[in-house]
Amino acid sequence: MSAVLDRPQLTVPLSGRDHVLGTSAAVVTLLEYGDYECPFCAAAHPAVTHMLKLVPDDVLFAYRHFPLTQIHPHAQQAAEAAEAAGAQGRFWEMHDVLFAHQDRLTVRDLVGYASALGLDLARFTSELQIGAHTARVREDFLSGVRSGVNGTPTFFVNGIRHNGGFDPESLLDAIGSALSAAD
Amino acid sequence: MAIRQAVSKHRADALGSGTPAPDWELHSTPDQSVRLDDFRGRPLVMAFYPADWSPVCTDQMALYNEVLPEFKRFGADLVGISIDHAWCHVAFARDRNLHFSLLADFHPKGEAARSYGVYDDNIGMSERALFVVDADGVIYWSYVSPIGVNPGADGILTALESMAGVAVA
Repeated sequence: MSAVLDRPQLTVPLSGRDHVLGTSAAVVTLLEYGDYECPFCAAAHPAVTHMLKLVPDDVLFAYRHFPLTQIHPHAQQAAEAAEAAGAQGRFWEMHDVLFAHQDRLTVRDLVGYASALGLDLARFTSELQIGAHTARVREDFLSGVRSGVNGTPTFFVNGIRHNGGFDPESLLDAIGSALSAAD
Repeated sequence: MAIRQAVSKHRADALGSGTPAPDWELHSTPDQSVRLDDFRGRPLVMAFYPADWSPVCTDQMALYNEVLPEFKRFGADLVGISIDHAWCHVAFARDRNLHFSLLADFHPKGEAARSYGVYDDNIGMSERALFVVDADGVIYWSYVSPIGVNPGADGILTALESMAGVAVA
């Protein structure tokens, strides 16, 4: 249950608080800890999207925040913007937009994306201003720290840290192994 | 003391729990130095790492920078220690916006790392090693990571919790 092991395990299991894509009947869960300003996460994003299209019935995908705020000055605010969109039922749309525009994540940009998604702007802006989702993002971050997330992106397949690459092939291999193990 | 002692196999000579932490005096800035004894009375996390700027070290220090408030909850201080010169540390800390001290184990080179059994003569740098020292200056927990692997912060937090008597899941 620790980063000192070779294959750290997720210490905070997926629950109703998590943002998930796919069917809960899926045999495999794929969880990503990511940072919207991290270039490696942006590189992984299309791979994840592509992979989910290939195995839509087999995988439940979840995303948690792991912003490294001291090297990515916009990452915390971006994560909170995703949560603010999530509060209006649009987490995944904002998630996609943020990764697609990770070099434009000022508050003004974030409000622009919220507007383009048709969100309630007064509510969105207010939630960002008062930090309504700050604690939630920190909870995600700390759950990662306690699970052996040392950088981003970090993936867990059925609760075990995936130590391989994050290209579609590597992720599919890991998911294939998890499917075989479940048979 | 039922704590985890997880020193890796390839460096059995790293000091382990229960050992008094050897004192050191190292530059924290080009014109200031600190001693281990300056931290007496509160826990100290010492993170030896090979070199400023290398990718894994950078990830590790960036992570500790973010986790720093959790260390502070236990009253613990954190220092990073490498063989880089204080001027190099200044540039690295500024570039990465680090909020904890980086100490220069520069002259005599690697003396502090050597005294903790984590200096690698083959590469002329310290290993990637963690020590949690208690308020009395005794090593409570230590861990040596494979040099290319970021050891993360979980082990440190578990040690701090255990030391503080917090029930560990």
